[in-house]
Amino acid sequence: MRNNKLFTAILILMFIFLLGPFLVIIIASFGSETIMRFPPKGFAMTWYEKAFAIKMFRTTFLISLKTGLAATFTALVMGIPAAYAMVRHNFPGKSKVELFFSAPAIVPGLVVGFALLRFFIYYTKMPVIMGLYLGHTAILFPYTVRVVSASLRNFDPSVEEAAVSLGSSPLHSFIAVVLPNIRSGVIAAFILAFITSFNNVPISLFLTGPGVSTLPIQMLVYMEYYFDPTIAALSSILIVFTVIIIQSAEKVLGISRYM
Amino acid sequence: MAFIELKNIDAGYVKGSPVLKDFNLSVEKGELISLLGPSGCGKTTTLRTIAGFILAEQGSVIIGGKDYTKIPPNKRNIGLVFQNYALFPHLSVFENVAYGLKRRKVDKSLIKTKVSAVLELVSLTGFEDRLPAQLSGGQRQRVALARSVVIEPDLLLLDEPLSNLDAKLRDEMRAELSRLQHQLGITMIYVTHDQIEALSLSSKIIVMNEGLIEQIGTPETIYERPATSFVAKFMGFDNSIKGKIESLDKKFFLINVDGKIIKAVRTEKTDLTTDENVSIFFRPEDSFLISKEEENSLPVSVNYSNFQGGSTRYSVTSGKTELSAEMPGKNNKMGKYEFIKILPEKLIIERVKA
Repeated sequence: MRNNKLFTAILILMFIFLLGPFLVIIIASFGSETIMRFPPKGFAMTWYEKAFAIKMFRTTFLISLKTGLAATFTALVMGIPAAYAMVRHNFPGKSKVELFFSAPAIVPGLVVGFALLRFFIYYTKMPVIMGLYLGHTAILFPYTVRVVSASLRNFDPSVEEAAVSLGSSPLHSFIAVVLPNIRSGVIAAFILAFITSFNNVPISLFLTGPGVSTLPIQMLVYMEYYFDPTIAALSSILIVFTVIIIQSAEKVLGISRYM
Repeated sequence: MAFIELKNIDAGYVKGSPVLKDFNLSVEKGELISLLGPSGCGKTTTLRTIAGFILAEQGSVIIGGKDYTKIPPNKRNIGLVFQNYALFPHLSVFENVAYGLKRRKVDKSLIKTKVSAVLELVSLTGFEDRLPAQLSGGQRQRVALARSVVIEPDLLLLDEPLSNLDAKLRDEMRAELSRLQHQLGITMIYVTHDQIEALSLSSKIIVMNEGLIEQIGTPETIYERPATSFVAKFMGFDNSIKGKIESLDKKFFLINVDGKIIKAVRTEKTDLTTDENVSIFFRPEDSFLISKEEENSLPVSVNYSNFQGGSTRYSVTSGKTELSAEMPGKNNKMGKYEFIKILPEKLIIERVKA
C-alpha cells in the first residue's frame, strides 16, 4: 500500500511536469493584461480576437497547412512503396537502406535544415515555398515509412499470395487487398506526419524566406517583439486542435498501435 | 507423361543454397497426394515451387503438358489453401469467393450462380454477407476452400490446411476434404506433418526429409512397410533395437539380439547379408508383453505404465534398450510381464551405418 501511494505521487508529479506547461499557457491566454503572466489578472477573449486578426498568422497558417498537406501526401506516396519493399523483401544492403531512411529522423533538425539550405536550395535557386515543401517531405518520409511498415508487418503476407494465386498481379493485389487492410496505418501515418510538419521549427527556420514563413516561425518572430498573450491564445488553439485530432484518430483507428 | 512433373528441380529461399536439389516428382490427374514430413523437410518449398511463388533455379515444372517453370503464380490457374486461411479480411464471404472469378472477368450473373453453388458445396449457404472475422476457424477454412475451387483450378495445393483447427473440427474438415475431392475429382497436393491426415486422405504419400524423398507409396505401404528408418520413426515405429544378422533365407532374416533369435520378414529388395549389424524397428502397438518366453520374444523388465483409456502403454527395458509396448485394456499384472513378443511381419530392418 505504501508503495502504491508513492507511485501515485510520482505519477501525479509526472503529469504536472508533462501537462503543467500546457495548462499554464491555456490559462494565461485568457488574461486581460498586455503582458502574459501566470496566474493571469482578469478575464478576456481579446487575445483570441487578436490572434485571428493578425494577417501574418492567417497567411502563415495557410502556408503551414498547404506545406504540411503536400509534404505529407508526397512522403506517403514515396513511403508506402518503400515500407512495402522493406517489410516484404530481402535485398543486399537492406539494413543500410533502413538506416538511410531513418537518418532525417535521427540527425538533429538544425543540421538537416542547414544542409538542405547550403547544398540544395543555394545551388538550385528554387522558390522558397518549393524548398520548404521538399525539406518537409524529406523529414516526414522516415515517419511514413516507419508507421506504414508497422501496419504492414501485422498483415499476413499469405493473404496477398492468395490474391495472386487467384489471378491478381502483384500490383493489383497490393491495391485491392493490401491497401484496404493497412488503411488505418496509412491514416495514422498521415496524421503523425502532418502534425510533425505543422509543428516543425528547426527545418523551417532555414527554409523559410522573405514573405514565405510557417506559423511556428511566425510565432517565434512575433514573440521576439511582443510579449502579450496572443501567442498563448494561438498556442491554446493549436493544442486543442491537436488533441481533438489525435483523440478521434485513436478512438476510430487505434493509431497508438503504430507509434 | 504424368499430369504434374517436377524435373530436376533446384529451388529454395536463398539463391545458391536450394532446399530442393535435383528434385523429381510426378502426380497423376485426379490424385490426392500428400507431402509428409517434419518442418524444414522441403514439403512447403515443393508446394510453393509448383504454385510459382518460388521460381526454380534449375529444372522444370510441367503441368498438363505445359511448361510453367517461368510463368508467374497469377497466370498458373492453381488453387491454394493456406494454414491460416488467408481470407481477405475486408471482403465478405461472397466477395472472397467471387474474387478469382472477377479477376477472370466472368459475367456477373454467372459469378452469382457459381458462388452460391460452391458455398452450398461447403455448406455455407446464408453466410454470404459475413466478414471473415465473424466466422469460426472451420467456417473460414471452408470459405478458403470454396474460394480456391470456384475458379476450377488445374490443381489444388493445400498447405497444412487443418493444423490451425482443434481436434474435433479437424476430423470433420478431413472428411469434408475427402468428400470434396471425390465430388470434384480435382488433383490435389496436400502438405502436412500429420501422419493420420496423410494416411486417411491420400491416394499416395510422399515422405520427405531434408529436401529429399524418402519414400513414395500408398498409405498402406507407408504405414506397414516404411522403406527407411526415417519413415519408420515418422510412422510410429518408436522402438528400435540392435542386432546382428545370423542367417537369411528367401523369406526371413534371423537376427541375433543379445543371444536371442528374432525372425523378421524379408520383403523389400535388400542387400543385407549375414554378419551385418542392423537396427530392428517396431511399433509399441505391435509388441506384446507376455509372462513366459515364446518364439520371437526378448526378456524385459517393466519400468512403469500409463493408462491411456482404450489401452495401456508400458515402458520396458530389454538389456540396455528402452522400449515401449501398448496393449489394450488397463494394466493389472505389470509385475508378471517378463518378455516382449514381436511379430516377424511387423519388423523393419535397416543396416547400422558404420
